[in-house]
Amino acid sequence: MSASGITVAAPGVTPRASAPALWLGGLLAGGIWLGAAAFTAWLPDEIEVGRTQELALLAAVLGGLAVLAALTSGLFGEAGLKLRKAGPWLSVLGLALIGWEWLTAKSGTLPLPFFASPQGLLEVYLEDWPRLGESVLRSLWLLLTGYAIGAFAGFVAGVALGWSKAIGYWVHPVLRLIGPLPATAWLPIAFFVFPTSGSASTFLVALAAWFPVTVLTWSGVVGVNRNYYDIARTLGASQTFLVLKVAIPAALPQVFVGLFMGLGASFSVLVVAEMLGVKAGLGWYLQWAQGWAAYGNMYAALVVMALMCSGLTTLLFKSRDRLLAWQKGTVRW
Amino acid sequence: MVSANLQTAGSAAGMAVGIHGVSHSFQLEDRPLPVLDDVSIDVQPGEFVALLGPSGCGKSTLLRLLAGLDQPSEGRVVGDGADITAPDPSRVLVFQDPTLYPWRTVQANVALGLEARGLLKTQGHRVGDAIRLVGLAGFEAAYPHQLSGGMAQRVALARALVNDPRLLLLDEPLGKLDSLTRLSMQGELVSLWQRSGLTALLVTHDVEEALILAQRVIVFSPRPARIAAELVVDRPYPRHRDDPHLVELRRQALAVLGLDS
Repeated sequence: MSASGITVAAPGVTPRASAPALWLGGLLAGGIWLGAAAFTAWLPDEIEVGRTQELALLAAVLGGLAVLAALTSGLFGEAGLKLRKAGPWLSVLGLALIGWEWLTAKSGTLPLPFFASPQGLLEVYLEDWPRLGESVLRSLWLLLTGYAIGAFAGFVAGVALGWSKAIGYWVHPVLRLIGPLPATAWLPIAFFVFPTSGSASTFLVALAAWFPVTVLTWSGVVGVNRNYYDIARTLGASQTFLVLKVAIPAALPQVFVGLFMGLGASFSVLVVAEMLGVKAGLGWYLQWAQGWAAYGNMYAALVVMALMCSGLTTLLFKSRDRLLAWQKGTVRW
Repeated sequence: MVSANLQTAGSAAGMAVGIHGVSHSFQLEDRPLPVLDDVSIDVQPGEFVALLGPSGCGKSTLLRLLAGLDQPSEGRVVGDGADITAPDPSRVLVFQDPTLYPWRTVQANVALGLEARGLLKTQGHRVGDAIRLVGLAGFEAAYPHQLSGGMAQRVALARALVNDPRLLLLDEPLGKLDSLTRLSMQGELVSLWQRSGLTALLVTHDVEEALILAQRVIVFSPRPARIAAELVVDRPYPRHRDDPHLVELRRQALAVLGLDS
């Protein structure tokens, strides 16, 4: 880009070598989104769907924001630079919207009811948000309580297995027999053993998270460099200190691998449990939408579910990065 | 003085160490593997003794016994007249690997011993003293992966010294350093030992290092280790590698080790 050669600064603005005042990628993305807005608004719909004008408005607002960012991102320093990296993605997403809009609403190549148009999705969010929102909250509650219980139990079991031979003697065979069994296999039993389908699902989600967290915590504790213990012992450390201040911090990177795997396992159990037994949550919403052949609602719920799972995983990685800042070369999520 | 801060008032600086007829063996799958064979050594308080021998001969095991991490199969190890049966902060061990805790900063690594004994609140100032003593002031907030090998080993030394030890057990502490760092740290070890007055036992397989640092060099045979010779290095510090007396002692030590071709 030849923009780097231009060093004439606006009055009052410090010139930045790394951040030229104008962001061309942002202008391009803005143009594409504005184009998508025009395409949506002015081309007649082949298939009768509502909310076309709202979709055009949304695309126009996004395009406007991208143009605004393109003109001003130099003023925002770090945040502006971060935004610039997203430029190609913003452009491609705009193009994807145009393509999607063309294939569904404008040409009807992908027919209703199996395929939803962008405005169809927008309509679901605008009209069915109370039910969708409640489903999200129900799912989150079930997932987080189950996961918290399972992760905590797994962590404690893993440390105990790694630390105590006596506990290992009793827990290890149980772990080997029950752990590899998919938690969903317990579903039929859980639903009649537990008083409510909610508590049964919490148990299943907890069980799904428990196994990987236990195994990886255990292997983390067992794999701790023996010299770490010798050093602490010569310096006067008690058994409690060895567990809490040596074994657990040393095992933490492994624990997080277990937490990550456990989270994935709990997602899948959550959805299955909600589809088969619980009368709430995103899994139930998916099932319900399919029952009414409301495919737009299904896609909408899938998007929300993807955002929820990705968001929770991001949260887990962020907390790991914070706790394990001392580690080098970990995966950037 | 920094060195004065590292000693509690009233306690004699160096520990007298006695190793009386110690034999030790490890239990392998079916048969015992003898590593020490009837070893007896007396170390005066404040003395610097090097244990020299081929790799894997059992010298390190002797240090573990003195640290109280293991018990001898036969014989007694004694510190200031009392049997050594458990680890104690008065006897500290520095390994060949710094074995710093990677999740702790330099400051927190050095504070380990005080923290483990619940002394951090009252004696926390000693952490800074120890870090200054090894010349790492300004690196308190660094993590181990940010340090060079020599710096990491200095932190390990500070972590040991902060506990006000009376016996310093050095298990090839300079073994993994590059040769230049190694030379400068040999000098630092000597001046540290001279200022603090504590008893030092150094395990090494480097003849020259033993002769530069120690007042007495005990030469071990290959496994199971037994004492093959004892060399008194009666030369003032700082010593020079080309001192004819040291060159002669070096020749003798190598002869005992069977390397005088």
